[in-house]
Amino acid sequence: MVFARNQWYVVAYGEEVGDGLLARTVCGEPLVLYRTGAGEAVALADRCVHRRFPLSESNRDGDRIVCGYHGFTYDPDGTCVAVPGQTRVPRTARVPAYQIVERDSLVWVWIGDGRGDAAAIPRAPWLESPSYTTVRGMEPLAARYELLVDNLLDLSHETYLHAGYIGTPEVAQTPITTETDEEAGVVHVSRRMKDVECPPFYSRSTGIDGRIDRWQDIEYHPPGFYLLHSRIAPTGVEPGPDGDDSDAFHVEVGYAIVPETETTTHDFWWVARDFALDDAEVSAFLHDSNRTVVLQDVVALNKLEKVMASEPAGHQELSINIDTGGLAARRMLQKLTAR
Amino acid sequence: MTPGTNTGRLRVEWSPGSDRLTGICHCGAEHRADDPVEIWTWLLAHPDHDTD
Ligand code: FES
Ligand SMILES: [Fe+2]
Repeated sequence: MVFARNQWYVVAYGEEVGDGLLARTVCGEPLVLYRTGAGEAVALADRCVHRRFPLSESNRDGDRIVCGYHGFTYDPDGTCVAVPGQTRVPRTARVPAYQIVERDSLVWVWIGDGRGDAAAIPRAPWLESPSYTTVRGMEPLAARYELLVDNLLDLSHETYLHAGYIGTPEVAQTPITTETDEEAGVVHVSRRMKDVECPPFYSRSTGIDGRIDRWQDIEYHPPGFYLLHSRIAPTGVEPGPDGDDSDAFHVEVGYAIVPETETTTHDFWWVARDFALDDAEVSAFLHDSNRTVVLQDVVALNKLEKVMASEPAGHQELSINIDTGGLAARRMLQKLTAR
Repeated sequence: MTPGTNTGRLRVEWSPGSDRLTGICHCGAEHRADDPVEIWTWLLAHPDHDTD
């Protein structure tokens, strides 16, 4: 597989990047991340030019990194400014610096040539909005990222893999509408459920104990950004004619699906809600249940990766109606990786 | 969807109560089938698809 290059990827949550040296690999490129004294996030290639020692296992001297092996010293722009035992610094001594943009509390890195257009980065404003409370995490996945894309584009699996958390029988039974926006490069998948069972994930966090109207509107921005706009309301509570929907509960679930290597993935996930904003118990509950759900996917996809690795390429698959969105996502991904 | 608007938008609807999918191209052409692979192949053939 080839990675989709010339793309923005989430490399970290803002709070992960600080004084320490954070190692993270994106699309097979090892990076070291840290924050300068002025608060700028920096990403350099995580290999010293001298003997390739990982800079992430080195030391900081102010805004500089001093290689932990023989002391080559690097500025935040990757220029080597000092080498041991001599005053002359070889002209070619520099490590690649990666373009970074911080937005909506996410740290994005440009993996590709030249400079990326920051305006192309998809937004997730609720992550920093005072009207939402967010819980989040990141799980390592020992599977290729395409398997996670497939998984998230088809929520029918909630009924089976996540029963007792977010899945109820209706999820797999409700028809879906899929739309691809070729110009914007987005896949939309929507499922609107009326008068259905409320899964524990939502009943326990919202306090609703009866039947609900449940909407799932997915936006997938290839290669690796996924938003699930989830609306939960007691059955019959409709948005007003003016669009006012303040009587419903809104949960913004999101994932950054970030290829680490060809067969491993960073699975960033978050749950932002517009209710019970200060309720620590609701936060803890949503954090733990969503992490459980994510880990159920991780276990399943790790198994799938093993199966795929053990089979010759070009194995037969069978696609059915629930795969319509996944097929659209794959096609867009193929276009990006072919470029 | 009005033909000519939303250039580049391709839509697939799952007809409630049935196993049928309806593909709607941005040109307004429609195609029905019960296999998503067939639907996408048809949609992506634009402008070379026949309406049914
Ligand atoms: S490997 Fe970094 S200074 Fe030698
Ligand atoms: Fe899942």
